[in-house]
This record gives sequence, structure tokens and C-alpha cells, in this order.
Amino acid sequence: FFQYCLSGHPTLPCNVLKFKSTTIMLDCGLDMTSTLNFLPLPLVQSPRLSKLPGWVLKDGSTFLDKELKECSGHVFVDSVPEFCLPETELLDLSTVDVILISNYHCMMALPYITEYTGFTGTVYATEPTVQIGRLLMEELVNSIERVPKAQSASMWKNKEVQRLLPAPLKDAVEVSMWRKCYTMPEVNAALSKIQLVGYSQKIELFGAVQVTPLSSGYALGSSNWIIQSHYEKVSYVSGSSLLTTHPQPMDQASLKNSDVLILTGLTQIPTANPDGMVGEFCSNLAMTVRNGGNVLVPCYPSGVIYDLLECLYQYIDSAGLSNVPFYFISPVANSSLEFSQIFAEWLCHNKQTKVYLPEPPFPHAELIQTNKLKHYPSIHGDFSNDFKQPCVVFTGHPSLRFGDVVHFMELWGKSSLNTVIFTEPDFSYLDALAPYQPLAMKCVYCPIDTRLNFIQVSKLLKEVQPLHVVCPEQYTQPPPTQSHRTDLMIDCQPPPMSYRRAEVLTLPYKRRYEKIEIMPELADSLVPLEIKPGISLATVSAVLHTKDNKHVLQLPPKPPQPPASKKRKRVSDDVPECKPLKPLLSGSIPVDQFVQTLEKHGFSDVKVEDTAKGHIVLLQEAETLIQIEEDSTHIICDNDEPLRVKLRDLVLKFLQKF
Amino acid sequence: MPEIKVTPLGAGQDVGRSCILVSIAGKNVMLDCGMHMGYNDDRRFPDFSYITQNGRLTDFLDCVIISHFHLDHCGALPYFSEMVGYDGPIYMTHPTKAICPILLEDYRKITVDKKGETNFFTSQMIKDCMKKVIAVHLHQTVQVDEELEIKAYYAGHVLGAAMFQIKAGCESVVYTGDYNMTPDRHLGAAWIDKCRPDLLISESTYATTIRDSKRCRERDFLKKVHETVERGGKVLIPVFALGRAQELCILLETFWERMNLKAPIYFSTGLTEKANHYYKLFITWTNQKIRKTFVQRNMFEFKHIKAFDRAFADNPGPMVVFATPGMLHAGQSLQIFRKWAGNEKNMVIMPGYCVQGTVGHKILSGQRKLEMEGRQILEVKMQVEYMSFSAHADAKGIMQLIRQAEPRNVLLVHGEAKKMEFLKQKIEQEFHVNCYMPANGETTTIFTNPSIPVDISLGLLKRETAIGLLPDVKKPKLMHGTLIMKDNSFRLVSPEQALKELGLTEHQLRFTCRVHIQDPRKEHETVLRVYNHLKGVLKDYSVQHLPDGSITVESILIQATAHSEDQGTKVLLVSWTYQDEELGSYLTSLLKKGLPQSTS
Repeated sequence: FFQYCLSGHPTLPCNVLKFKSTTIMLDCGLDMTSTLNFLPLPLVQSPRLSKLPGWVLKDGSTFLDKELKECSGHVFVDSVPEFCLPETELLDLSTVDVILISNYHCMMALPYITEYTGFTGTVYATEPTVQIGRLLMEELVNSIERVPKAQSASMWKNKEVQRLLPAPLKDAVEVSMWRKCYTMPEVNAALSKIQLVGYSQKIELFGAVQVTPLSSGYALGSSNWIIQSHYEKVSYVSGSSLLTTHPQPMDQASLKNSDVLILTGLTQIPTANPDGMVGEFCSNLAMTVRNGGNVLVPCYPSGVIYDLLECLYQYIDSAGLSNVPFYFISPVANSSLEFSQIFAEWLCHNKQTKVYLPEPPFPHAELIQTNKLKHYPSIHGDFSNDFKQPCVVFTGHPSLRFGDVVHFMELWGKSSLNTVIFTEPDFSYLDALAPYQPLAMKCVYCPIDTRLNFIQVSKLLKEVQPLHVVCPEQYTQPPPTQSHRTDLMIDCQPPPMSYRRAEVLTLPYKRRYEKIEIMPELADSLVPLEIKPGISLATVSAVLHTKDNKHVLQLPPKPPQPPASKKRKRVSDDVPECKPLKPLLSGSIPVDQFVQTLEKHGFSDVKVEDTAKGHIVLLQEAETLIQIEEDSTHIICDNDEPLRVKLRDLVLKFLQKF
Repeated sequence: MPEIKVTPLGAGQDVGRSCILVSIAGKNVMLDCGMHMGYNDDRRFPDFSYITQNGRLTDFLDCVIISHFHLDHCGALPYFSEMVGYDGPIYMTHPTKAICPILLEDYRKITVDKKGETNFFTSQMIKDCMKKVIAVHLHQTVQVDEELEIKAYYAGHVLGAAMFQIKAGCESVVYTGDYNMTPDRHLGAAWIDKCRPDLLISESTYATTIRDSKRCRERDFLKKVHETVERGGKVLIPVFALGRAQELCILLETFWERMNLKAPIYFSTGLTEKANHYYKLFITWTNQKIRKTFVQRNMFEFKHIKAFDRAFADNPGPMVVFATPGMLHAGQSLQIFRKWAGNEKNMVIMPGYCVQGTVGHKILSGQRKLEMEGRQILEVKMQVEYMSFSAHADAKGIMQLIRQAEPRNVLLVHGEAKKMEFLKQKIEQEFHVNCYMPANGETTTIFTNPSIPVDISLGLLKRETAIGLLPDVKKPKLMHGTLIMKDNSFRLVSPEQALKELGLTEHQLRFTCRVHIQDPRKEHETVLRVYNHLKGVLKDYSVQHLPDGSITVESILIQATAHSEDQGTKVLLVSWTYQDEELGSYLTSLLKKGLPQSTS
């Protein structure tokens, strides 16, 4: 039982589990923080970004000035942005049998895995995960492809060159694993390999392993996974939440009795309280708008945005914002809003109840109906006609490197009336803002991360009591910037096993049993014997059949009857075949009773001699002696088969068979 | 021997009042709890006193499963849970849970408000009843209790319709509810995996029908509607608010659009819009095409179909009206029918099955003079058409489902006895499984013969599979183990481990036989001759000549000594354990016959 750790990012995991005879990939997260090293992709020609000076080395050499540009005191790569893939060399990914996806954020590397590694297996995910995951990928591909870049920089990645670069480029890791974005055909091909599953659905893999998704409470359709055989259970917990937002609550009970619990996807902002952040978000938004400024909310097209819109729905009238337009700009904005309304079964109880009325579960339907919320595929087209300021704009990408958000940063950055509010926790907001500095615009950081914090983790672990915990190494020590906060790490007994990128762990458990089925005919033929009170034994001699990792025991076939007409074969032709094995024996033989039995069966001249360890029973006439000790009996006789068999049967009467 | 018992309280050789009791591995499950449209007396509900005369139903039933929202499958539920009294779990899918209370309330209103019955369940009872409902996802394994689990499969019959697998121990039953094996304009086809249940309980509404292609029926339908409207007639289509109605609406909507027709289409009850809302919100339960395109165009937003007002029925000119209920047994459809029945220009199209006793059934069986309430005679001059649009599997579909699921036994319900009989024979012939069709109140017992799951120690299993690396079909390997049975746990271990676990020591039984051989040669030469002889005969065995002068054949030891009195006779001591008795005894008899003469 091994775990191959292909990603070092604790919230964008990618692990491969070798469990019994199956190879299971758990999530394939794509680390997009690499894009922060690239220049933003402007939708509209930007004089500022197009006139940046090339970067010159200290010694004056300019060979990198096409690839690297200086901007706001930082150096950025002027190229199509690239993402950091999971490790692809640690094991042969074409041997992966299945991929289990826990939520739509953790599947963004899927096309790289399914289309480039020779993968031929199946991917399992819930329907909302697939639908929303598709939207995220579509948005990503769209926002990168609509700004074609002539060049793709690679010289700077040379190890010798990279050494000479300023931070953070100098310290960027795994740059050789950075890849350009996939295309829509690749996305479609990857998604076609997904099989839809529902919560608590038991999925058999090759008869050897059963996997089951459980609600994890974090996002629409988000799941934790149970990977189990009859005797061992691994729980994979990834991106779970105990807060009541829109998704179905987390199923904790089913995680109990795990041998190993793999814990990933905890909150990235353990010190922030999501509720408080939502409050701050609303008040900052209101204040800016009241002062005549615009609000920019860089966000993903699904997830927290639903909760923010719901808060605003309750908040705007009381805050006097009824006339302020809310714009949601994304190539998938409409789809995201529509899809959110049709996953009733994946929602929390309150939202389900609304669907029974029948009403749309999310109030953004009403915001759209009353024209308070408008959605557009991009800033071009209808939006430019409808656009009124001051307003609130939700748009992506949260990295501020591509998507419509780049335009609004350029447009509004120079005015101190405007505010950009960061709610997504995946990117450092200071790094995201770096190429836009100096900014007059206000920046507010309200990261909303509803995933488990360390207090909730320790409560959860106490509750479900796994034998072993496995987690990314980041969770076994306090955050680097807050090294005194020993409460910001996992505390459990025994201490968790930690992993880092490109490591292989041996998981600590040993199987001792396997399931086998005894066919009814064989079961009927068994003769149980009560050995001790409450314990019965039966010896089983049977034929073992194994198919698809399922074992079955059947009655042995009856030996074919020798044809009666044929002359009896000579003994020497009749070398014994594979006959049923003789059972083991146990017990001891009481000499007095044994002698009585012998006499009853016609042996008249029985003599008994005592020895150091037992007795010798002599049958003088037959020149036979029987040594009887506590744990053994030895019959020594002439070659007289009937006599030997008779004595054997008398001895066996006193012994138990196993 | 373990057995599964099935007793229909309704839908046994009948359509309507579906309610089937199943006992499996000590668990009692009630499948559906429907009402009968053909009766207005006690017979409209299942006779729950069959379950218990005076005890509480909750003590006798482990759970209730509702397959879909049609009243003949859930209409008795509030009566059962609130008036007779049941507090256990009731399972249904999310759409069923959403829509079921609305149809129940509709039913209650018609019965109490219009017909003036008292002693009927109240609105509050419907609400209380629905509180006991647990919604299930498709394919989710729901653990009812430690032993009993259920799983829903897509059935396609109406929005949210499901088939259910019920599993307890090693035994399982699949109940299909109503299902449809061909996708239609708004729903997908029923699907189940090869789950090999001990028993498949299938509906058999269309047991003898093999329906022509859907396209033909649709064309027929449109042609009839179109002709009637063209000659200025009115078309009445009695439907249930949810289900067929939506399919036919989609059909007419697209036809009207394409042909640019102007005659109004109405949908009767206030339920329409609400009903369409359900379809929009539960779009994941519709067919793939609708699901894929719903963001661009929601198929359930109709342009040509408008809400009906009672006054419209007297309007002159052509029109098409969808009105509930579908079997013309009460409500608006019956009212409109009475108004329009006298005019031969008009037409009524019955798009689904009608149970006995309903007006729908009467006119379909050719009756043209109907006795209405108050001894009034209604003469039917309008054209009566029947088009089977109800989404049940036909004979072909039923056979297809059996092929998919591979059950060991089949039991038919929800059909007419004569037709069932025909299908039963067909099933038995084609699949060689028993097929049953009990009447209401009649119990069918099915004996199952489950294999017994046992824990085998990995050591023993590995030992056995290692030996059998190259499995020989003709000579299957035997495995030998000891089954330890303790407190309901069964473990198969090696005999050695069994001894060890029980704290017992092995008792060794050994035999040594003296075999006399005439051979004047020296002892070691005799031994060599014996060795060569054995080696020649026992080709498949490991025969060894040890340095100390003894011979082993597998674990059997052979030593030679000179006879104390006779130098020409050698004594071979052949020694073996009880476990190797076959071989030991064979060797002694082999050696007793002496050595072959020529041994060079």
C-alpha cells in the first residue's frame, strides 16, 4: 500500500494510491500560482503594458529582454501564462486505473493527465463537479485564447539562467513542469472519460476495491472518498466544510473506523473567520458605492459567488443599494447561474425545501428577474452599451493575470474612489496586484475560505478516530509567517505522517483476511463440531475458484466411477492422485480406555509398558507396538494393511480432526 | 432454507392501488402505497389490516418505498401513515418528494370538496406524512438499518420515477415501479446494471403489446389533432398534470410552431405552470438533449400553450385542451368531456391507460351511452381515440430489462391477469427462470440459496493461489482449511492456525511398517535398488537418496536393515504420518511385491 505524492500544494492535491491491485489517483489539482510570474493579458491594447522595458542583467547583457519585462519594480515573464503540473515522472501514469475527483477546483489538471500520459482508465466525479468544472475550464481556456500572444518564453527557464534572475522568479520551483493551457477539444476529451456518481454510491473497482463519494460540504457536489476493501478502509478527505453555506452538509459519520485518513484541502486562511469576512465584504462594498466609486470583485464563476450574491440580496435594500447595478462578467456567467438552480439534490436542506415549493433555490434568480444583477459573456458586446457607473463587477480571473478583470484593473486602478475586494483565497493579493502598482484604487482583502480550520480538524479527528493520519507537510508545522502559532497545525496521536511533492509513502497497515464465498452445496456438506462452548469448527476441503478478484469455494467434483467391466488395475498403475488432504489431529489418548477398546475389538494379548513420556502398548501376537505420548502416537507393525487400518481407526476415535 | 415472501395488497393481477409487501432476510418492506381509481369505497386503498390487526404498523414494517408520484402508487400514503399509523421511514426520490404532496392535495380536494366525503385525510395529514419521507439520490446506497439497504435506479416513467433494489444479507429484490425502456421527448430510458437479484418484481401494464415506433404514434397523434382543429372541432386530451402532459405539450408546441397554427391550446389546471417549474428545477432528471440545451432554451417554457379558464369550454371555434385527470374519472377533464361529448366534430384522445370503472375505460371499451350521476344518460357522439403514450415498457422492454438485470426469479404485478399469463410463459421460456403472478392477498414464496461469505486468512489463500499458479481445469486443486464459527463470525484458516488459535497442540499420528524383501546383496546395494525402482515408478514425486542411507519419497522415510536371522532378507522400515497415509500405504504395497528382477 503506497501513496505517490504528485503535488506539494496542500489545497490542490494530486496523490496516487496503490491499494490492493488497483492504482487510484486522488484528485488532480493544477497549481496556478505560477501565473503570478507572468504579465497580465490585457483585453484592450494597453499602452502601459505594451511599452514596458525589457529586463537587463547586471552585467548589461540583454539576451532576455524579449522574454522578461520590468513592471512596477518587478520582473515578469512576457509570455502566455503557464501552470505548474503535478509530477508526471514519479510513476507511469498510464497505469492509473481510476481518478477520483473531490471537487471542481481539484480537477483542473485533468486534461494534462488524461490526454498526455496514456491514461486509459475511468474518472469518477459527481454531476455538479463535472458541470461546474467544465465551466471553470471553459472560462480558463477562453480567457487565455482570446488574447493571442505571439511568443512563449522558455529561455529564462534554463537552470543556469534562472539562477541569475531576481526573486521571485529565481526561486520559482519546478519551472520545467510548467505548461501552457490546454484547449477545448482536450477539455472535452478529458471530460468524456468521467463517469457520474452520486453521494453514497458504492462503486466496485475490479471486484477488489469499493470506492464511495461522500458529501464534503464545501461546494456543489464536492465529495470526500472512502476507498475500502472488506478489511481495510482509507478515507480521503479533501476540501471539506462544516459551515452552513449552500452545499449539502458534510457526511462525517461515514469516515469512522478508517485505517488511514488522508487529509488535504484545509482552509488557506486559518486565522480568518468566513462570516466576519462576508460582513466586511458587504460594508466595504456599500461604502465605496455610496461614495460614488466602483467595486471590482475578482472571482471564480462558481462557488463563493453564490453566497456573496445571496448576502447582497438580503443586504442591498437595507443598505440603500437598490439602484446600483451588479454585473457578473464571464463567458460562463449565464451557465453558472442557471446550473446552480438545477442541483437541488446537492444543496443544503433549506435550499432543497425551496425547490419543493417549487422555487429556485438561489435568490440570484430574483436579482436577475428584477434586473439588479446582469450577466454578460464579456466586456465586449451588450455590456458596453448597458455599462453604468458606479457599479459592482464580479469577474475573473482571481490571479488578475487574464480574463475581463485585467480590463477593470486598468480602467479603475487610477481612482481612489474605486475598490477591489479580494474574496478568493488561492492567490496572495499583493502578488496579484504587483504588475498594477502604483494603484490609487483601494484594496480590501476579505478572503473567504470555508474549508476546515485546525480546531475543526482536531474535533473531526477525535470524532472519527482514524488509526493513522496522512497529510501534506505544511499541516504538520505552524505557517512560516506565524511560527509561534502552534495551534495552526494538526495535532493528533499518533502524529500524522506527512508528505511532500515527489515523495512515496508506505501506508501503515497490513491485511490479514480476504472475503471468500462458500457455495450452498458445500456449506450443506460441512459438519460443524463444537470444540469449546460457542466455538464450532468444520474442516473444509474444497475447490477454490478465483475470478475478477472474487474467491469462491465449491464442492470438489465426485471422482469418476471406474467402469465395472474392466479388470481391476494393478496397484502399481494406480499411483495415488491428488486426494483430499488428511486433516490435522489434536487431543490425547487415554491409555486405559484405549486398551479396553483394543480388547473389545479382539486383541487379547495387550501389554502396557510405562515409558518416560508415556506408554508403549504391545500386541505380542501381531508383533505390533504402539507408542502413545501426550502429543503423538506411533504405530509400528508388520506390513499388514488391514491390521494397520484397524488400529488407525481405533486411534482416531480418540482424536479430533482439524 | 432462506426465502423471500411477496404479497401484493394491490396491483396483484390488476392495475391500480399498487402496494406490495416483501419479506427478505427477516426484513419487511412495503413497496408503494397507492389508491385505486376504479373504486370509491374501501377498496380504493390497500387493506393494511393484512399487515397487522391491532399492532402498530411501525413494528411490522422496516421501511416503505414509493417508486413515483402517480396516485396509484402513492395515493394511500397519508391514510396509511396518519390514519392507520406508521412512523417508520418512507423513501422516495427528490422529485417524487416534491411533487407527491401536490397531487395528494389535489386528490384530497376532489374527494372532500367536490364529492363531499368526510372521513378522508386532511391537508395537515399530508404535511405530517411528508415529514416522514427521506429523499434518496439515484444510485445512492441508503442504509435503512445495519442489514437492510436500498438503491434507486432511473425508471424514466415520469419525472423522478425510480426502480429500487432492496438488499438484505446476500439476498436482493428489485422492484421496477412503472418504467419505460425507450427515451421520449422529455425523459430518458430506464436503466439498471447486471445486479442479478434473487427476484425482480416488474410492472406488466403492456405485457402483450409491442408498440410500433414512437415516431409513428406521434405522427398519428398530430394528424388527428390537426384534422379535428381544421374542421373546427375541439380536442380534449385528458392527462395527469405531470408526465405525459409535458411530453405532449412539447410535441404540440413544436408542431404549432412549424405549421404556424393559430387555434388555441390550453392547459387546464393551475398546476401547469407549477408543474413546468418542477421540470425546470429537476432538469437533471430529464433526457440528455433537454439537459444539454437548457441554458440556451428551456423546453418547458411554452409559447403557444396558455392557461385554461372554465368559461373557455363554451367558446366557439376549434381549440385543444389538456385537462386533468387522465382517466376521466372526476374533475375538470370530466366536466369538459360532458360538455363536448354530444358533438361529432369533437374528439377526445386518451393518451394513456385507464383502469376499470373509470369513464375513460368505459368509452375506450366502446360504450357510447354512459350513466352519469343522478341517472342522467350521456350520449357520446364525439370521436374517441386511444393512443398509448403512457410511458410503460412494452413486452419487448420488459424482456430487455430482465436481460439487463439477470434475476433468478421474476414476479409480475401491475397488469391484467390474462396478459400476465402470456408474458409469464414467454419469460419462463426465454430466460429459464420461474415467473410468478400472485393475486392480491396471495403470498408467493421464493427459496433462495445464498452462498455464505466467510473471512479467509490471507496466508491460507496465498498458499492456495501460489500452488494453483497454473490452474488445471481437469484436476482442480483442493484446498484444505478449518472453518471457525464463533458468534456469527465465520473464518476460514489453515488447520495449523486453527489449532494455534484454540490453544491446542497437534497430535502426531505416525505409522511405521516393516516390509521384508528377499535380497542377498549388501544393505546399501539393496537401498540403491529400492531407490532406482521407486524413482522409476513415481515419476511425479520427489524421491531422494540421503547421505545417511535412507530414502525419502516426499515426506515418507524408508530405511533398510538386515534381518536379524536371515541374511538374505532385508527389512525395509517405511515410516509416514497420518497426513501422508495414501502415499505411505501405497509404498508399502508397492515394495511388498518385491523388486523387479533386472536392475542394472
